Amino acid sequence: MKVHVRIKRFNPEKDRRPYWADYEVPTDPFDRVLDVLHYIKWNLDGTLALRRSCAHGICGSDAMLINGRNRLACKVLVKDLGNRITVEPLRGLPVIKDLVVDMEPFFAKYRHVMPWLVNDEPPPARERLQSPEERARIDDTTKCILCAVCTTACPIFWGNGEFLGPAALVAAHRFIFDSRDRAAAERLALLAERSGAFKCRTVFNCTDACPQGIEITKAIQELKRAIVLSRA
Amino acid sequence: MPVHEYDAVIVGAGGAGLFAALELGRQRDLRVAVLSKLYPTRSHTGAAQGGIGAALGNEEEDHWEWHMFDTVKGGDYLVDQDAAEILAREAIETIYDLEHYGLPFDRTPDGRIAQRRFGGHTHHFGQGPVRRACHAADRTGHMILQTLYQQCLRNNVHFFNEFQVVDLLLEDGVAAGVVAWEILTGELHVFHSRAVMFATGGWGRIFKVSSNAHTLTGDGAAICWRRGIPLEDMEFYQFHPTGIYRLGILMSEAARGEGAILRNRHGERFMERYSPNLLDLAPRDIIARAMITEIREGRGIDGKDYLHLDFTHLPRQVLDEKLPEITSFARTYLGVDPATQPVPVQPTAHYAMGGIPTDVWGRVIRDERNTPVPGLYAAGECACVSVHGANRLGTNSLVDILVFGRRAGRDMARYLKEAERVPVAHNPDSDVREELERLRNSTGGEKVGTIREELAACMMEWCGIFRNGPDLQRMLDKLGELRDRYARITLDDRGCKFNQDLLEAWELGCLLDVAEATVRSALNRTESRGAHMREDYPKRDDAQWLKHTLLYRDGRFAYKPVTITRFQPQERKY
Repeated sequence: MKVHVRIKRFNPEKDRRPYWADYEVPTDPFDRVLDVLHYIKWNLDGTLALRRSCAHGICGSDAMLINGRNRLACKVLVKDLGNRITVEPLRGLPVIKDLVVDMEPFFAKYRHVMPWLVNDEPPPARERLQSPEERARIDDTTKCILCAVCTTACPIFWGNGEFLGPAALVAAHRFIFDSRDRAAAERLALLAERSGAFKCRTVFNCTDACPQGIEITKAIQELKRAIVLSRA
Repeated sequence: MPVHEYDAVIVGAGGAGLFAALELGRQRDLRVAVLSKLYPTRSHTGAAQGGIGAALGNEEEDHWEWHMFDTVKGGDYLVDQDAAEILAREAIETIYDLEHYGLPFDRTPDGRIAQRRFGGHTHHFGQGPVRRACHAADRTGHMILQTLYQQCLRNNVHFFNEFQVVDLLLEDGVAAGVVAWEILTGELHVFHSRAVMFATGGWGRIFKVSSNAHTLTGDGAAICWRRGIPLEDMEFYQFHPTGIYRLGILMSEAARGEGAILRNRHGERFMERYSPNLLDLAPRDIIARAMITEIREGRGIDGKDYLHLDFTHLPRQVLDEKLPEITSFARTYLGVDPATQPVPVQPTAHYAMGGIPTDVWGRVIRDERNTPVPGLYAAGECACVSVHGANRLGTNSLVDILVFGRRAGRDMARYLKEAERVPVAHNPDSDVREELERLRNSTGGEKVGTIREELAACMMEWCGIFRNGPDLQRMLDKLGELRDRYARITLDDRGCKFNQDLLEAWELGCLLDVAEATVRSALNRTESRGAHMREDYPKRDDAQWLKHTLLYRDGRFAYKPVTITRFQPQERKY
């Protein structure tokens, strides 16, 4: 089947502002949007810029706005979109070229929440013990692939670039609730700041958009509760 | 041209590169840079699913000697046994290291690291499957990548994201740095350093159906080859039995570890005929050949070129809890629910056993006498230690990147205590600048995408699971033709910023190089061993070929003996 594809294009070396470009692409219903974009890039216009790597939803490179929703281009199939496909770069991050946005502001927020296990007690000769229940406590938030789909779907983030955003909060959650970690208090203090967890207004866009199916809004509410309890 | 000064430069941010960087970063007084063509968390280590083999013995009796034996036998006795011993012994402490760094392994009821079965891993030297693979659901690689990246951030490692390394600087045979292309701006940078490590992963994209990311184009191996380093055992390339039909996306061996079964069009569990002992958990080369044989003999599903991976007898809970990712792959990409319908699969190009030759400390060697190149290191899939020999066991790629990434980091730290800084030549970037300008401005009309597609299709056909002399010669001729056409490509994008058209053209040059090394080595080795199956030489020939291939870019071959310590070569049966 033929699909009509509109892509929001911008080349910083040529264009003063973004414009829409249209393409007709022969596809199979089971093609990924990434396959469609590759067809355009490899057959119609080699100047099209987009990030991608694994092509099966694991690496988190190809997040973009597809038919009005943030998704991974390799994880959405043509058959689920119909014969008109519109592709734009993620919102809320500066556009570099076509579908490529500047990811540095996103990763700076991630780094801000100390996304690493802190435990400076001398480790045992073997593994630290952790019960299956303790491990299950963090299972959901360990799935994050840092694709930025959630943060760039969040209206609070669009309105206030200072907001840490859902992805950084998910990273903080993964460590705060890890039974082996010892820096929860420090992280909770960071999240209690003005740009932190309480900026979340439970819009649920993040949860709806997450390609890993993480219950992000729920995780953020757990963080808010932990902050309140830590003050009590 | 910006010049950066570092003690160590690591190229690639997968498990091997990050573990080495972490070892160096923890030294505090060393300046360490990691250069990645991607963002580090995009590296293909993150796609590894099933587990990391280590004889912890948490679930049942296990010993590193058994793991070592499985590795040697799995590799059809081409494995260097001193390296395999290190792999199997140090896997254990490396797993504990990772756990202490925060990796969220699945747990046993008493809180220890949970382990499961995997292909080719056995107890009592081949008696039957053993629970050895440590895992975090089927996202083990993702957790490794995240954990190591996080600890690198904590430990003062500098990251240069979306920097494509395009050349290695060797001054009088000593590593002195690299030239890198900043993808964002198109600018070339020189990284001047006392040690350089390549950890750039594999080159599955030389084949049409592949589990590998689009970005796995063999850059590190090609760069070293161009600078006079030989490539070792390039003829050994592994096809994973269970790729999703046509897409090549991996259905982890953990699926079969948890009980899934391969079936042909008659519903028959055909592995009973090929490996009566290990069945669906036989090593990958054996299963992949069995599958192609079934297909050739008309027992593919509907007579086509695929088979079924059957989960339907497993409790839904196993799929949801132990195999959530691959369950979701089947649903997303095929619209198939594995709990009720079998999944169409075919072998998919997966892993290069060969690569840049190194010793057991990750030091790159330049000849059959194991002469090291001072300051130059490699680890992970781009390297050949050799712990995988002629065929890698499942989970051992993760063990390899972790054990030898860590060792390379430690040895670099030692080397850097004494190594002098070598000055670099006047215009270190002139060679690549010329090459890139040629690619940017050439006007012959050939398309990068077309050449790449033809390369991958022909490699699949003529240099895939079954090989023979005439086909390999045909492939070599084809490579000549593709190279001629590569000299006449025309790009659409001649700009500087984020010019992926140019990037893909440069990557295609690497693909052509590693494909050529693969085909030449495959044509040269007139025996069948592990993943290298010559229909015209179907037997293993230890008298002639119990040796490693070294191939230089000028076409010259050299050979290195296989190190044999504990296990004498035997016939390989499962």
